Order: sequence, then C-alpha cells, then structure tokens
Amino acid sequence: MSFDDAYQALTDHDDDARWAYGTGFTDPLAGVPSEVPPEVDAADLASYCLMLGDDALILSHRLQEWVTRAPELEDELALANIALDLLGQARLLLTRAGQVLECSEDDLAFRRDTTDFRNVCLAERADGDFAALIARLFVLVSWRLAAFDRLTGSRDAMLAAIAAKGVKELTYHRDYAAQWVVRLGDGTALSHDRMATAISAVMPATAELFETHPVEERLAATGVAVDPASLRHEFNAVLSEVLTAARLWPVPFAAGTATYPPGRHRGSGGRDGLHTAGLTGVLVEMQSVARAVPGGVW
Amino acid sequence: MSTAELVVGSVVDPELPMVTLAELGVVRSVRQDGDTVVVTVTPTYSGCPAMDSIRADIRSSLRRAGFTAVDVRTVLAPAWTTDWISESGRRKLAEAGIAPPGPAPRRASGPVPLTLVARPVAVACPRCGSARTELVTAFGATACRELRRCPRCREPFEHMKEI
Repeated sequence: MSFDDAYQALTDHDDDARWAYGTGFTDPLAGVPSEVPPEVDAADLASYCLMLGDDALILSHRLQEWVTRAPELEDELALANIALDLLGQARLLLTRAGQVLECSEDDLAFRRDTTDFRNVCLAERADGDFAALIARLFVLVSWRLAAFDRLTGSRDAMLAAIAAKGVKELTYHRDYAAQWVVRLGDGTALSHDRMATAISAVMPATAELFETHPVEERLAATGVAVDPASLRHEFNAVLSEVLTAARLWPVPFAAGTATYPPGRHRGSGGRDGLHTAGLTGVLVEMQSVARAVPGGVW
Repeated sequence: MSTAELVVGSVVDPELPMVTLAELGVVRSVRQDGDTVVVTVTPTYSGCPAMDSIRADIRSSLRRAGFTAVDVRTVLAPAWTTDWISESGRRKLAEAGIAPPGPAPRRASGPVPLTLVARPVAVACPRCGSARTELVTAFGATACRELRRCPRCREPFEHMKEI
C-alpha cells in the first residue's frame, strides 16, 4: 500500500475490496468465535446487542453532525474521535446481532426502518446548542460506561470483550463531557444559564435509560446483560459530583441524590421501536446513499 | 522465528508506518496450522478504521512470500493496551517525533474513576528532550494520539496516549 499518494492508496488494493459501505468493509469480528452460550436465548441476545449498538450508532451520527460546526477545532477533533469510537462499538455489536439474525452489520444499519431501531430516544434528538450536545453526551456515556463496566463480566464472551474495549474509550468520553459541563456551568453567567437549561432539558429523558426492558430482565437473570435499574446509583453519584462542581446541583425537580419523576415522558419507548421524529431525520441522511445505490462499491 | 513470523513481523502499521504491527502489539500470534498460516490480530480502538487494511496487508505480504493459505483472525480480549508496544516500537515512535506512551493506568476495583481536572503527566519533548511540556488537545489526528507543545523548543508534537 502506498503512503505517498492518497488516491493510489485508496485504489491500490489486491483482491480485498474496501472503501465501500456495502461490500468492502470486512466483518469487524472476523475469526472471532460466535457461539451463543448455552441457556441463552439467541433472539434476546440479538435484541440486546441492537439496543446497545443502536444507541452508539445513532449518537455517533448526531456527533458527526458537529464536524465543521464545533466552537473550536480541538472540540471538533474530540467529537469526531468520540463518534468514531462509538461507531466502532456499534459495528461490533451490530455484527454480533447479525451473527444471530443471519444478516450483516450493513443490513442492520442501512436497511432497517425507524420502528426496527432499539436505541433510547435520547440518542436521536438533534442538539439545540453546544450545551445541549454536552449535556446529552454526558448522561449517555455516563450510563453506557456504568453498563459496559458491568458487562465485562457477561457470560457472553463476545459481549464481555466488546465491553472491556469500550470501557477504556467511554472513560475518556465521559471525562471530556464532564469537564465541559463544569467549564460551562462554572463559567460565565451566560454559559452557566445555558448549561443549566441543557441539563434541565435532558434529565426527564434519562428515565428511559433505567427502565428494565423484558429482554434485559431475562438476559440479566442468566448473567448476560445488566439490569439498567441497577445502574442508577452509580449514575447519580457521577451526576451529583459533576453538577456540584459545575454549580448546577441540585437540578430542578431533583431531591437529594436525585430520583427523577417516575412515569413515561413523551417519546419514550425507543427500546420497543417507538421513536421520535429525530430518528427519522438521522436515518434519512444516514441511509440515503445505501438506499439510492444498493450494493454500491467505489 | 519461522519465515511466516518474519514476514508478518515486517508489515508496518498503515497509520504509523514507522513501526510494525508486531511492535505495536496488534499482531498477537502467528502459527502454522497444517498448510495454513493463522495470524491473530487485535484492534487498538473499537473504531480503528485501519483494521481492514491491516488484515489485507498481512494477507498480501504472506502471499507474496509464497504462503497461499492465510487466515487472519481477530481477537478482542484481552483488550489492546499501549503497554504492549515494544521497546523498539517506542524508540521508533520517538525518532519520528511521536512521544511514546508511559505505563497504562491501572484501575482499582469499584466504579471507573472520574477525572474532572486532568492530572499533569510528564511527557518529554521528543525533539529537545525537555521534561516540561503542555497538553494542547487530548484528541488528535487519530484515536491513539494527543497534541502537545514544548515551551522550550516551541514545537508542537504528538504523544501516544496511554490506554
């Protein structure tokens, strides 16, 4: 492969096609044993991988929208890097789901409809401003880090391995978002107000993260998944530490260590495929090329 | 070392062509299974976009050396760490102006600790050797590198992050 000429490097391949969304990218789990552990329902495992994979895929896409729009070049690089890590986690998880469902990661990413996606609704909303981006990123990666940390002990060896890699990445994702929450919250009067508004707006949507889905309940009972309700304590500890440092604690409607109002908010139910218009917006763009040029290679 | 190991050991990283995949710790094993050469690789980061190139480069190098049956397998566990970068790999990175990583952080049991104020790490300038350098941005051109600067020689440089 040539390093002198970028165009030549792209086309200078042997019989291994690459650089296409459709057929070129090889299986990210190539050669990894794919047996489903005994006593584990394969369909449940696939659903669970879609939940965690779709969270990462859709959030990654929303983060990519900030490229060329971030306030500083350094943050653009940060957001693009975080988006890439999440995309990588999504590829591994969608491939794992595809091993059970007998389809490819591309089928799952580019050929499913809105109601087939299993991400939480919080991942799909568009960001109003940089504070909204940071607030959403902070709560989602804090939840995900807590979940992945438990999943390193999953009875599904593949899920455990994906989680162990992901924990390293999510650790600096959370640090990045948390440091911005503090910088804005403990900054000027204007940045404080905008961060406070963003946190208040995002909190009701976090309820969905801690609602145990029947798939999660069944898989948690067999030691494969983590029950999201069990993550609330760790999540709240991180939340209060960061928001206190940001002079944003307590958030309105939160009392003490924060138990947020029970009951569903409008638009919840992403784990069952009930989504907001935000997901439609993401998919229209993300799937446009794949739908316009099925199987395209270049 | 077998011929196959020597061939695989000479394949360089597509994004850091000054070091080999073996020096980076991306190649985990090379063994012969009958007529087939089985190479095991591991990604540095989940989203490493170079994995497909890495597998293709290993396959084509082995084919050029006369090995017709090649199987490149991916392992995810244990997760890659910069601690696996060899001494020669670290030296070559430094010679290319990339400060090599220090020891990867060790984590105690319990929840993953949060870092609200980045603790200063001692990274020596790969150009002038000054021990006092500053972080510019923790996210650089690739997932594995951050951008720093040296107040003494006034040059920016990259540092491979400990992971």
